[in-house]
Amino acid sequence: MSRDDEAQEIALDVNGTKRCAVAEPRTTLADFLRDHLGLTGTHLGCEHGVCGACTVLLDSHSVRSCLLFAVQTEGATVTTIEGLSEVNAELHPIQQAFSAQHGLQCGFCTPGFIVSVAELLAEDPDPSESTIQSWLSGNLCRCTGYQNIVKAVRTAAELTHPKAGPGRG
Amino acid sequence: MATEVHVGRRMARKEDRPLVTGTGRFVADIRPVGTVDVAFGRSPVAHARIEAIGTEAATAMDGVVGVYTAPDIQGQVQPFTLFVDQEHTPPSLDQSIHPVIRPCDMDVLALTRVRYVGQPVVAIVAESRYLAEDAAELVDIDYEELPVLTDPEAAIAPGAPLLHEQVPGNVQASFDVDLGAVDAVFAEAEHTASFRFLVPRVAGSPIETRGVLAVHDPVQEELTVWSSTQTPYMVRTRIAEMLGLAEQQVRVIAPDVGGGFGPKVQVYPEEILVAHLSMRLGRPVCWIEDRNEHLVATGQSRDQVHTVEVAYRGDGTITGLRDRFLLDCGAFNPFSITCAYNTAAHLRGLYRVPAYRIRGECVLTNKTPNVPYRGAGRPEATFVMDRVVDVVARRLGLDPAEVIGRNLLTVAEMPCDRGMPYRDGAPIVYDCGDVPASFDRLLRQVGYAEHRSATREVQDGHVRRGIGFATYVEGTGKGPHEGARALLDSRGDIIVLAGCTPHGQSHETAFSQVAADALGVSPEQITFRAGDTALVPYGVGTFASRSAVTAGTAVAVAGGRLRQRILAVAGELLEAAPDDLEFQDSTVHVQGDVTSSVTLHQIAAAAAPGPAARLPAGMDHGMDESYYFVPPTVTFASGLMAAVVDVDTETGVIDVRKIVLVHDSGRLINPMVVEGQIHGGVAQGVGTALYERLVYDDTGQPLTTTFMDYLLPTSMEVPKVEQIHVETRSDRNPLGVKGVGEAGTISPPPAIVNAVVDALAPLSVEFSELPLTPEVVLDAVLAARSGRTGGQR
Ligand code: FES
Ligand code: FES
Repeated sequence: MSRDDEAQEIALDVNGTKRCAVAEPRTTLADFLRDHLGLTGTHLGCEHGVCGACTVLLDSHSVRSCLLFAVQTEGATVTTIEGLSEVNAELHPIQQAFSAQHGLQCGFCTPGFIVSVAELLAEDPDPSESTIQSWLSGNLCRCTGYQNIVKAVRTAAELTHPKAGPGRG
Repeated sequence: MATEVHVGRRMARKEDRPLVTGTGRFVADIRPVGTVDVAFGRSPVAHARIEAIGTEAATAMDGVVGVYTAPDIQGQVQPFTLFVDQEHTPPSLDQSIHPVIRPCDMDVLALTRVRYVGQPVVAIVAESRYLAEDAAELVDIDYEELPVLTDPEAAIAPGAPLLHEQVPGNVQASFDVDLGAVDAVFAEAEHTASFRFLVPRVAGSPIETRGVLAVHDPVQEELTVWSSTQTPYMVRTRIAEMLGLAEQQVRVIAPDVGGGFGPKVQVYPEEILVAHLSMRLGRPVCWIEDRNEHLVATGQSRDQVHTVEVAYRGDGTITGLRDRFLLDCGAFNPFSITCAYNTAAHLRGLYRVPAYRIRGECVLTNKTPNVPYRGAGRPEATFVMDRVVDVVARRLGLDPAEVIGRNLLTVAEMPCDRGMPYRDGAPIVYDCGDVPASFDRLLRQVGYAEHRSATREVQDGHVRRGIGFATYVEGTGKGPHEGARALLDSRGDIIVLAGCTPHGQSHETAFSQVAADALGVSPEQITFRAGDTALVPYGVGTFASRSAVTAGTAVAVAGGRLRQRILAVAGELLEAAPDDLEFQDSTVHVQGDVTSSVTLHQIAAAAAPGPAARLPAGMDHGMDESYYFVPPTVTFASGLMAAVVDVDTETGVIDVRKIVLVHDSGRLINPMVVEGQIHGGVAQGVGTALYERLVYDDTGQPLTTTFMDYLLPTSMEVPKVEQIHVETRSDRNPLGVKGVGEAGTISPPPAIVNAVVDALAPLSVEFSELPLTPEVVLDAVLAARSGRTGGQR
């Protein structure tokens, strides 16, 4: 193996904690989070950038962690699904809304959707139905038919910003 | 009985918290210390003889634990022989349809010959998946290519090469159904028409791929296998059989499963091999499928071609139908006639069609094996039948709704005996309600009368709106059985265990509701577990819209029995008659006297074996009740669907604006869950109608091996679904339920295609193939405008 292939230490801020692990340069961010840091809430549905199940926030922007190498994210701030709420604490409004609106069935796609909705609501606290629909089109869900996910996003907006009027769209 | 009734209520799901917080446990999330990973070397060619396999370089690589080919496992791992559970046909079915089914064994790893791209040939075990894939690149296999069959019609042509020497003509299975004086009806028919319909090969595509983890304990001689499967009991049976173990040495757990939809019903070579390797290596062994593998190695579905003739009267009454269809089953046929016979049994659907003949043939080709996918033969049947009805109406210049109404079975004809057996051998007798009344509701809900009188042009003259209809009927709640246990643990907590395993169907919530009513407690008090063969001795799995009926009933009965036992023991403790007692939270008290009460904890202690037991005379110790429900036959769920579409005649693009469904799946356990199942089902039906198709080239190379090529509908494509629930209770189970898991998937393809035809009505186009892509639509529009016949006739 050449030096370039050698495993190296990678340090990131993950969910508010400094995390550090040794990984090969070819290790994807998704595998790094799952296998090296034990954060298995980030799921892999395609490993080629289409399904969005692996979505995490990298410095507040959503990325597909299957398409990035962990080394590329050295020193960055990463938020995964596990970072949205504390263990056994109250759920994040988006998480509450997904449950309340039955926006998940098998739940495999759900972490990716929730993380990407977190970015949407940070950018647009009161998104219209058509904005939500097009925003969500980067994530695949095979179970729900999306209708309840769209509703969940509206509900999350209302929970987060009580002024976000119901029934927009 | 219970004071509060939980069945029938919208109740938020108990299973959600781990799934929304990223703390669910899917197979890939479980990793015992010392786990090694498997990568498979799969055939890159569709048909070839294996001349030589060179594994030295891979074996020598650092980090590689072992490389295994077919000779390495011979004698230790048996092949899949006669897919027993599937090959069995009940005597009444045998006598009625005379099935011919040929054995077609499948090796776990290909020994001398590969028959489809993706077939497993070599298994490489390494310290990580990255290393296993590196090593897989170093395996050197010489293939001597053989002639390839990709078209079932070519495969049955005389002189075609044989895919399996013992299967003449490449027809692995066939059967005939013949009802009524079919030929006489055609001889006397006022009108006849003939068609050819094609339903393409599609992929069920759960977002979680398959995955297996196996751990062997050499001291206990026990094997534990976690698999992303819909049928843990079948996996257990197969592993035991093929590895020569006793069933009690094998425990199979389906942890959180990220969707199944049918493809995860099959027991696959990878499940057997990973189990074997964990025993052989004495280490936990894991294989997680990647998406590219999934699109070649996981079973694929539908893929039928129908040649149909219909006889009808001038008023649109259909008097007879003849159909011969081929199901392209790929290189092996693990499900025998399951899907093909479902097609035959459901083809007439809710329509009368008094004379009916159908022949189904499962034809072998060099493609991935065909397995059931949500609907399992019914979407194909419905596409044929509802297109036929629509074409008949339009060729006669009649309103399709009128012709549908004329052919629908009436309430006076219920329960309707269809004159042929179901797959389980029992006669098909519909227990549907008033179907024409449901159709009227559908017409009103979708605003059909207004649509008929309005212009179809919705925008600038080039976007046109259409409404199309389709129906479905579905045998649901298939046996042979499903079981449940209801028990009090030693602390008095209520535990309910079931044999069927969920993968999105909300079993924990729905069955907690059922158990709560049976026991007279609240759903929150119930701990529900399933998906582990150690919990309930016998079980089947979740598919065929069966769990609500089969496991639901088992839970209700086991729960009712536990209630009786609890009350009997409480009666003993309180010196009261059990009939005078009632539940409140975790206590049982004498009616009207809450001070005279015992806790479930005390009751559990009184029932526990030992000197402190206090049981009514003659009662055994313990607080553990079970029940296995063996349904007499299926229940028939049914429905009618309308699709509203806008068609852009300049681009061919179809925008499905709305789907309306009036459906009857019996009594609803949790309407929120039912609606979710239907939404998801409709989304998949929309995919089949407009986007999804697995494409193979002439050499058998699959061309759709990523989600860039195989298009799943997104939030932009799936329309709103309006649902009207009709609840005709089934009398075939005590809950009165019918299944609903597949309901939404069945009707969208014909409803959408019929709507496109309606939008383009003046052009008289006809379509007979799926998916209905913009190219096909545009081509039909241009052809019709230039005076050629439009569409696919
Ligand atoms: S796993 Fe990353 S986009 Fe699908
Ligand atoms: S809930 Fe199953 S894939 Fe979205």
